[in-house]
Amino acid sequence: MVNSLRSGGDGRRSVAIALLSTVVFFVVVAVAITHAPGWPEVRSQFFDWGQFKATFPEVARAFLLNVKIFSIAEVLILVFALFLAVLRSLPGPVFFPLRALAIVYADLFRGIPTILVIAMLGFGAPALGVSWVPKSVIFWGIVSLVLIYSAYVSEVYRAGIDSIHPSQQAAARSLGLSHGQTLRRVILPQAVRRVIPPLLNDFIGLQKDTALVGTLGAIEAFQQSQIDTNATFNFTAYLSAAVLFVAITIPLARFTDWLVLRDRRRRVAGGTA
Amino acid sequence: MSKRTLLLASLVAALAAIAALASTQHAAARIVASCPTVKDGQLTIGTDNPAYPPWYAGGAKSSKWKINDPSTGKGYESAVAYAIAGKLGYTRAKVSWTYVPFNKAFAPGAKSFDFDINQISYTPARAKVVAFSKSYYDVNQAIVVNKGTKIAAVRSVAGLRSYKLGAQLGTTSYQFIKSRIKPTQTPSVPSSNAAAVLLLKNKQIDGLVVDLPTAFYVTAVQVPNSKILGQFENTAGQTTDRFGVVLQKGNPLLGCVNRAITTLRANGTLKKLQQTWLAKATGAPILK
Repeated sequence: MVNSLRSGGDGRRSVAIALLSTVVFFVVVAVAITHAPGWPEVRSQFFDWGQFKATFPEVARAFLLNVKIFSIAEVLILVFALFLAVLRSLPGPVFFPLRALAIVYADLFRGIPTILVIAMLGFGAPALGVSWVPKSVIFWGIVSLVLIYSAYVSEVYRAGIDSIHPSQQAAARSLGLSHGQTLRRVILPQAVRRVIPPLLNDFIGLQKDTALVGTLGAIEAFQQSQIDTNATFNFTAYLSAAVLFVAITIPLARFTDWLVLRDRRRRVAGGTA
Repeated sequence: MSKRTLLLASLVAALAAIAALASTQHAAARIVASCPTVKDGQLTIGTDNPAYPPWYAGGAKSSKWKINDPSTGKGYESAVAYAIAGKLGYTRAKVSWTYVPFNKAFAPGAKSFDFDINQISYTPARAKVVAFSKSYYDVNQAIVVNKGTKIAAVRSVAGLRSYKLGAQLGTTSYQFIKSRIKPTQTPSVPSSNAAAVLLLKNKQIDGLVVDLPTAFYVTAVQVPNSKILGQFENTAGQTTDRFGVVLQKGNPLLGCVNRAITTLRANGTLKKLQQTWLAKATGAPILK
């Protein structure tokens, strides 16, 4: 944070300028918005304190479902995506079908809109009428998010694996390590550490996409806020949901920035690429 | 320096132009007589798309409207809308329909319609944000279940408590489930009618709460092998919901629409249209 504030120049002067321009910017925006002719209406329909207080507890309770969904999904994604990335990095012509499968998978699930996968699995799987197939839309929502986010995260892992210099692999193999051992002991520990920031970035995306499970009927924070909005014709409940999402994504985003910064400092200090 | 002044001047001019435009639009909306409309000489009526039976009927082929086209005059809400238009002095040719998603009916800002007719139930909280007309239909909530399931044998409101129930987002049906049935399982609230119907069809929910005429459509067309378990009442003889058309808060057209609805109710038109379009939608057992 401090670093980005001071990036314009050096010392207190640039901090002062940064602060001043920030304040001026926000004052201008605030004045422009609050003096718009429709502002009183917008304020009463989006920023109603009474509505906020009335809806927040219920939306917060519903938010626990979001937390449950993204916590379970994230663990499964990290494992499944790593498996996909390893598949894709398998060497030699024998493994071509597996590599091709991993590529097709990543292309497909990054291409299909999340909402479609959630609807197809959430409605489609129970519609098969097989007795042991779960009927819960929450279950299928988690499955959908794991399928989709694993496609993204496997690409992140792959970028990490690709970023490790080939000489490392050559050195490991020359020491007699098998391909699996090389991956496990040499490549992955370095690769994963390197991609932690983008992994966290995808995790933030996942947190917000849990709201899509609500469209199938699960009452998570966003669906609860829509229920409140539709009952009162007042949109303030959305704000309750937004506050909750922001409350967990912002600390995570700051943490990610800090990790990036630390990593950069270490690399500069250590002199290794 | 002069370049910067020029830039500043043009910016100010542009802002002034926008402000002027906004104020003339404002004035235009105000000057018209006692029954002003969005487009002069025309009545613009909004409803959601797809337009479902029995509220709308026919004409959806080669139309941007799905399932039904509201401009056919067929179906209860279409017929009522044209009857109101007639009382306001608009011929059928002067009525145009516009797609208004449910959320858009109450979003802040100028409305694109004169009134919206879309099975919207009056509630005091909603009436703080938009203007509701007098009721053009008093209606009960009802519950649809799959035949042969356990819930299909239930005969009382209390008996429904232990089941997984559902209601479409935006309906008062969900409020009804929460405040009257008070189920032990969290109800399901899917975002669309299509999703709600699928949940029932897949037996992902045991019962779907909808208004009674919609229940008849669900059982007749959307979910084969389903039945209306029963309808609910508020207190003896009182319906749970009343549908009003929605207008912009403070729209003077409200008085005109209300007079039209009062006349249509008094001279039996509403009753006749209900017999034509909603006749089947009566006679479900009442659950107590």
